[in-house]
Amino acid sequence: MRTDYTAAEMMTVTAARALENGMTCFVGIGLPSEAANLARLTHAPDVVLIYESGTLQTKPEVLPLSIGDGELCESALTTVSVPEMFRYWLQGGHIDVGFLGTAQIDRYCNLNTTLIGDYHDPKVRLPGGGGAPEIATNAGEVFITLKHSRRTFVRDVDFVTTLGFGRDGKGREGVPNIGKGPTRVITDLCVMQPDPETRELVVVSLHPGVTREDVCDATGWEIRFAEALESTPEPSARELEVLRELKERTNRKHAGE
Amino acid sequence: MAELLSLHDAVARYVEDGATVCMEGFTHLIPFAAGHEVIRQGKRELTLIRMTPDLVYDQLIGAGCVSKLIFSWGGNPGVGSLHRLRDAVEKGWPQRIELLEHSHAAMACAFEAGAAGLPLAVLRGYVGSDLPKVNDQIKFIDCPFTGERLAAVPSIRPDVSLVHAQKADRKGNVLVEGIVGVQKEAVLAARHSIVTVEEIVDDLDVEPNACVIPGWAISAIAVAEKGAYPSYAHGYYDRDNRFYKAWDAIARDRDAFTAWLDDNVHNAGGQS
Repeated sequence: MRTDYTAAEMMTVTAARALENGMTCFVGIGLPSEAANLARLTHAPDVVLIYESGTLQTKPEVLPLSIGDGELCESALTTVSVPEMFRYWLQGGHIDVGFLGTAQIDRYCNLNTTLIGDYHDPKVRLPGGGGAPEIATNAGEVFITLKHSRRTFVRDVDFVTTLGFGRDGKGREGVPNIGKGPTRVITDLCVMQPDPETRELVVVSLHPGVTREDVCDATGWEIRFAEALESTPEPSARELEVLRELKERTNRKHAGE
Repeated sequence: MAELLSLHDAVARYVEDGATVCMEGFTHLIPFAAGHEVIRQGKRELTLIRMTPDLVYDQLIGAGCVSKLIFSWGGNPGVGSLHRLRDAVEKGWPQRIELLEHSHAAMACAFEAGAAGLPLAVLRGYVGSDLPKVNDQIKFIDCPFTGERLAAVPSIRPDVSLVHAQKADRKGNVLVEGIVGVQKEAVLAARHSIVTVEEIVDDLDVEPNACVIPGWAISAIAVAEKGAYPSYAHGYYDRDNRFYKAWDAIARDRDAFTAWLDDNVHNAGGQS
C-alpha cells in the first residue's frame, strides 16, 4: 500500500531509522531532534537522548524550540551543569552518536555554521560552533541530517567550524582518542556515506521517486553514486502517524504559549 | 556576604563602562531584567561574555552598549539569526563589535577554570576546526604525561557576572534549579556578582545536593520578579516562545528595534 508522505517526512523517518535502540545520542536542535524523538517513539524506545543544555536521558512530549526548553529538563532522568555535560558525558566517552544539522557541508563532511564569505568581512554571519566541534570528535560516530540544496552542499565549506574529514579527507588520520566522525548524511533526497578510502561522500541510497539528476542538481560538486545503489525504504504508516502527531502536539504547544 | 540592593543600585555599583561582563543562562534563567537595567543606565564599551548570547545580548548590542563579544553560539534558538548582532558585525550599526568565538565545550571548561582559580582550561577540543585560526586565545599544548595534543584556552574571569535564579533567603543564599547552565561557575569566576531572584524567602528548603550558591560568595542580590522573561524560570513561569518568534521581525528593522527599545526598556521604568 502506497502512503502519501512529503520529502521532509521521508528525511526525518530515514534519519530516525539510523538510530538503534539503546544507543546514547547527543542531539542537536531542529531536524536531528525531530528524528531522534521519532526514533524513541517508534523502534528505539530505549535510545538515550542527551541535549547540551545538561538534560540527560530526556523524553520530551513535544519537540523543544530551544536546546534548553523546560520540557527537556522536566522529562529528563537528571539535569547536570553544562561543564559536566561537555566534560564528563561527552569528552568522557559516553556518547555513541552525535546527531547534527548544519548550514553548509562539503564533500569531506566538514560542517560550517560560522559564516558565509570571508571571516573578517562576512556576507552572512551564522550562529557559530556551539557544541558541534567537540560533539563531532568526541562522539563515537556522527550522523548529519539537512535539506539538500546547492546552497548547503558545497564543494568546500567557507569555514570549517566542525571537522568532518578535513580539507583533504585525512583530517582524522593519526589523531588519537577521537571518534570515527561522520558515518552517514541523510537528506530529503538520499542517504550518503563517506567512501572508506578517500572519505568523499558517496550516495548509497536514493529516496523513492528521486533521480540521480535530482541529487546532482542539488549538489555543488560532482557527487559519486555507489555501484550497488539502493532505494531507501518508504516510511511506514505507523512512523508517519507518530511523526505527524508529534509535530501537531509541538505546534499546539508552541502556538498556545 | 551578599547585600540586598535594588537592581538599579546593584548595576550602578558593579557594572562600569568598559567592564568585562557576563550575563549567563543556558536558554534558561536569562537575566533580562538585569540586561535591561544595564541598557537604561547607558553603560558603554562593554565586553560581553556568554556561551549562548540570545535576545538580551541582541538588545544590548543594538542599544550600543557593547564593543566586544566572547561567545560560542549566537542565535535566536529555533528561530534564526540575531539581527542586531548581525547588523553590528556585517554593517557596523550602531557600532562595529569585535567577536571572539569559541566552542561550547571550550567556554564551559573556561568558566569552570575561572571558578577554580586556574589560568587556563584544557580540553580535547577544536580538532580540525578553523576556529583556532581566527581566535588567538585558542592554543594547543602537549600533555606532559602522555604527549597527547590538547586544546588550551584562558579561563574566564569577568569583572562582574549577572545571573538570575529562582530564590534567595534573607542571608542571600541562592537556589538555582532546572537547567543550571554555567551560572554557579559564572558567579564564582567573577570579581563581583549580582544575582537577581524571583523572590526572597525565609527558608530555601533544599535537598542536600541542590545547586545553592552561598550568600557570602555573591556581591549583591536584587529582587526582579519575572526577571528572566521572556526566558523562563523553572517552577515559576514558562518560556514565551511566541515572543522569541516575534523578536525576529522586531530585530530585523533598525527603526522597529529602536521603537521597541524605547517602549520596553528606556521608558519602562525598571525596578528601583
